[in-house]
Amino acid sequence: MSKKYTKDHEWVQLDGDVATVGITDYAQSQLGDVVFVEVPEAGRQVGQGDDAAVVESVKAASEVYAPVSGEIVEGNAALEDNPAMVNEDADETGWFFKLKLSDASQLDELMDEAAYAEFVKELD
Amino acid sequence: MSEKQTFSGNRGLQLEEPLIFEIGSYQNCGVDLEDVPDVASCLGDCAATGTVELPGLSEPEAMRHFVRLSQKNHAIDAGLYPLGSCTMKHNPRLNEKMARLPGFSDIHPLQPQATVQGALQLMDDLAHWLKTLTGLPAVALSPKAGAHGELCGMMAIRAAIEAKGELATRTRVLVPESAHGTNPATAALLGFKVDGIPANAEGRVDLAAFKEKLGDDVAAIMLTNPNTCGLFERDIIEIADALHEVGGYFYCDGANFNAIVGRVRPGDLGVDAMHINLHKTFSTPHGGGGPGSGPTVLSDRLAAFAPLPFVVSGEDGFALVETMDDARLGADEHPFGRMVAFHGQMGMYVRALSYMMSHGSDGLRQVAEDAVLNANYILANLRDVMTAPFDTPVDKGPQTPCMHEALFDDSFLKDTGLDTLDFAKAMIDEGYHPMTMYFPLVVHGAMLIEPTETESKASLDLFIATMRDLVKGAKEGDMARFKNAPELAPRRRLDETQAARNPILRWHEPKLEAQAAE
Amino acid sequence: MRYLPLTDNDRQTMLSQIGVGSVDDLFVDVPASAQREGTVDLPRHLGEMQVERQLSAMAAKNMTASSVPFFCGAGAYKHHVPATVDHIIQRSEFLTSYTPYQPEITQGTLQYLFEFQTQVSELTGMPVANASMYDGSTATAEAVLMAHRVTRKSRAVLSARLHPHYTAVVENLSEMGGFAVAQNPVGGAAGVQEAEDLLALIDEDTSCVVIQNPDFFGNVSDFSALAAAVQEKGCLLIAVVPEIVSLGLLKRPGDMGADIVTGEGQSIGNGLNFGGPYVGLFAAKQKHIRQMPGRLCGETVDADGQRGFVLTLSTREQHIRRDKATSNICTNSGLCSLAFTAHMTLLGGKGLRHLAQLNHARAVQLSQSLSALDGVDLLTPAFFNEFSLRLPQSAASVVEALAEKGVLGGVPVSRLSPGAGLDDVLVVAATEANTQEDIAAYAAALKEVLA
Repeated sequence: MSKKYTKDHEWVQLDGDVATVGITDYAQSQLGDVVFVEVPEAGRQVGQGDDAAVVESVKAASEVYAPVSGEIVEGNAALEDNPAMVNEDADETGWFFKLKLSDASQLDELMDEAAYAEFVKELD
Repeated sequence: MSEKQTFSGNRGLQLEEPLIFEIGSYQNCGVDLEDVPDVASCLGDCAATGTVELPGLSEPEAMRHFVRLSQKNHAIDAGLYPLGSCTMKHNPRLNEKMARLPGFSDIHPLQPQATVQGALQLMDDLAHWLKTLTGLPAVALSPKAGAHGELCGMMAIRAAIEAKGELATRTRVLVPESAHGTNPATAALLGFKVDGIPANAEGRVDLAAFKEKLGDDVAAIMLTNPNTCGLFERDIIEIADALHEVGGYFYCDGANFNAIVGRVRPGDLGVDAMHINLHKTFSTPHGGGGPGSGPTVLSDRLAAFAPLPFVVSGEDGFALVETMDDARLGADEHPFGRMVAFHGQMGMYVRALSYMMSHGSDGLRQVAEDAVLNANYILANLRDVMTAPFDTPVDKGPQTPCMHEALFDDSFLKDTGLDTLDFAKAMIDEGYHPMTMYFPLVVHGAMLIEPTETESKASLDLFIATMRDLVKGAKEGDMARFKNAPELAPRRRLDETQAARNPILRWHEPKLEAQAAE
Repeated sequence: MRYLPLTDNDRQTMLSQIGVGSVDDLFVDVPASAQREGTVDLPRHLGEMQVERQLSAMAAKNMTASSVPFFCGAGAYKHHVPATVDHIIQRSEFLTSYTPYQPEITQGTLQYLFEFQTQVSELTGMPVANASMYDGSTATAEAVLMAHRVTRKSRAVLSARLHPHYTAVVENLSEMGGFAVAQNPVGGAAGVQEAEDLLALIDEDTSCVVIQNPDFFGNVSDFSALAAAVQEKGCLLIAVVPEIVSLGLLKRPGDMGADIVTGEGQSIGNGLNFGGPYVGLFAAKQKHIRQMPGRLCGETVDADGQRGFVLTLSTREQHIRRDKATSNICTNSGLCSLAFTAHMTLLGGKGLRHLAQLNHARAVQLSQSLSALDGVDLLTPAFFNEFSLRLPQSAASVVEALAEKGVLGGVPVSRLSPGAGLDDVLVVAATEANTQEDIAAYAAALKEVLA
């Protein structure tokens, strides 16, 4: 399926019942050079909207929220060693974590690509 | 920068200086100590087997090292330092001299109280000045800095709420969006839920929005006044009354007390607790980031909860109440605990009192008036070329007065391709420390200018002329002047991304660097 | 007024440029009921000479440490500070500078902070140190909160021999923050190990064990085994060093396995000052740097590739994280850390060792002289420059009697812990500042008082 987006600038890509979550290219451009990323450990349960990861630039720190509820199956350990990946490739290799969905219907509340593009346009 | 390269890397009086670890050695020493008497060691199993591998320097080498380092710093003694909200005013040297009197500097905090009556008297005198200037009945002297005083005030509030049995229900603290970052950090540290209050179009607390947030679960409001936009909160008494009506407490961040000292007493505004930065309002030096001192004045509603220790006076002179077991504690006094070892920043108390006595009640009032006058003068002379978000538009009438700070945003830089940071860095090449940038957060690309009362008119005029010239340069598209700035400082822009991605927080011997990284 | 440059003419000119008639027009937003017409009820301004006269009179009422045989410690120590140190910290560029937020024009401050961090790291044997805290007590309270963050637990276990003020500061901050504290109830000054008691107090909510070395009574011990046992239970070991000169002779806390080391740096470079300002030391392990409180200075390069220093990892701090910050702390103890670094640079490792040896030797001599008196027992078999004595009568009254004889003989435990049942215990310190004559005078005076 295609990506879904949140108002907090996270993207979600579903593959079976596992969702991959990252921050959008717009979000990384707003943050500037990312210097640190903290990703969740596998096995942690997160509810929709909970703090799941942390992303920091020199001047700003943000939480990355879980766009949907579920159990973390993997954090992207590569980001902890090389946080610049978030700037370089936010949409693909710069993903933050994968989680096993507990309620697929939560995805319906999120924006599709066109709606998100419109949302970002209004912010600028 | 001049293109001329030198062999040494030095540039005239600007001297490069290595780290101590690169020039000193274990064998070097800059102190002469007596021979050690021959006694049997009593260190038990804790005696070190090796030595501490720190290099030393002889006295002349050490002096040169630190003097060279000092020459890489901007300082208020050398030039205007218009950091809004930080209050970089002249630090009188009389204060330094007084603090170094052996009777204050060479006494131990725990020697018998009969042997330190003068020190306790000084603390009592300082307390009297602070209480009188604020119109509040009690003061906790011990907090070590502004944020610590803020913590003290909020702890007193928490203790008062607990005493009323409302700790489980009063959980919300209202904090305006324009607040200093310490405010929400302090509230969160004490387990309160931080609830933001929006600003109105004037840059003040939105009274209607504030009132909507009120309820019996509100523990306190944390409000800076004058606020971080450099404006006096006009509705402050109404805010205090409404808050008190629902049983909440009014914590005032006193960082900007210097704008009203001697003219307005926070006690008359309904304040329950307020910290006072002795290093802002009362001229104790900032010292490159401390030590500060943050005595906290308290209202009748909170006085009983003031922390230990405090000074009392009686027939036998002055005494410190230091523990909960002290017989001098009244039945109605319930100190919330202790915030520091010993009694606080005595060295700062002496400096602050020296300053207060010098100015007196008349001089302190003049301090506030001149601080406000200087800021308004800057606003008056820059409002036509820069953009002041809460001022009357220039073509619509005379300026809206500010308090001790003039706040600008970055809209005058629109379409120049430059931002607040570029503008600030170009000020460095002109010999000025930049103003506070990007704070308060409620204004885009904020530039907060606080000249203080210790700048002369001539100094302000040159600053204004320089700022106008910079604005002209920005609007004319002189990009290099900004984007490459600073070029004339001891260092050019530093790579903060590298510093944060790969933190190097101490020196390592080069050959060990590879190992240390593992 | 000497601190105000504006003349009345200036003020008039400026007011008219602003477009107002008087300065009162600039205060229009102050509610009428809070506007004060006259001055507040305090004395009017004074000349420099008058201020100096009044304050000197107050200062003269105090008995200074240098003027008498002086043996007080308990977390604040009388050491000689070289004249060079005070000159350096009074340099305008250090004294009257702000926090180094503009690194291009504050490299002086930043470089000494980097040097300070390196010195503290080396002294404590820990990989990283921050740019200083308010003092040793607040640094210790912050260390406990950091241990909670690292372990995601919420209870601290404290040694019975932690400085009572430090204990009170930890308890206050913990209680206010909703965290639990358990202190070993088995007190006493004597040098018996309390390791078993501390380990027994650890439960599943416990994040850390806080010990002090030298402890409040002066005992020193190798805590390596305790540190390992604490870590075995998933907790951090926080070691508090109240007298930093001790590290010239003692095993470093990092080498004994501490996870966090806090300390009071006053002894190096800073005078007694009746309790402040002092300089809190804070050192930790590399893997925990993002949970550390306080400012950190880091090395980087500038646009020309030249080495330079900046404040870094500031996203931990309140001005960015706001309610999610690691601490609400905004300042460090900048100028006191400069005094520390300047004095430490003059000493070097060799001088520090020599200084520590001198301190220890004086304390050994003093302990021998005093414990030779009838009824006086030395309670601390292993110590650095401070030890505890059991006296045949109330230590507080002995100290007062000694003061009347012009000897400041130490700190009675009852002053800090009135309910501890240790009214006869006196904590006594000796440093390089004490001469043989001081020691002899103390012994003679104590003998008289006890007679």
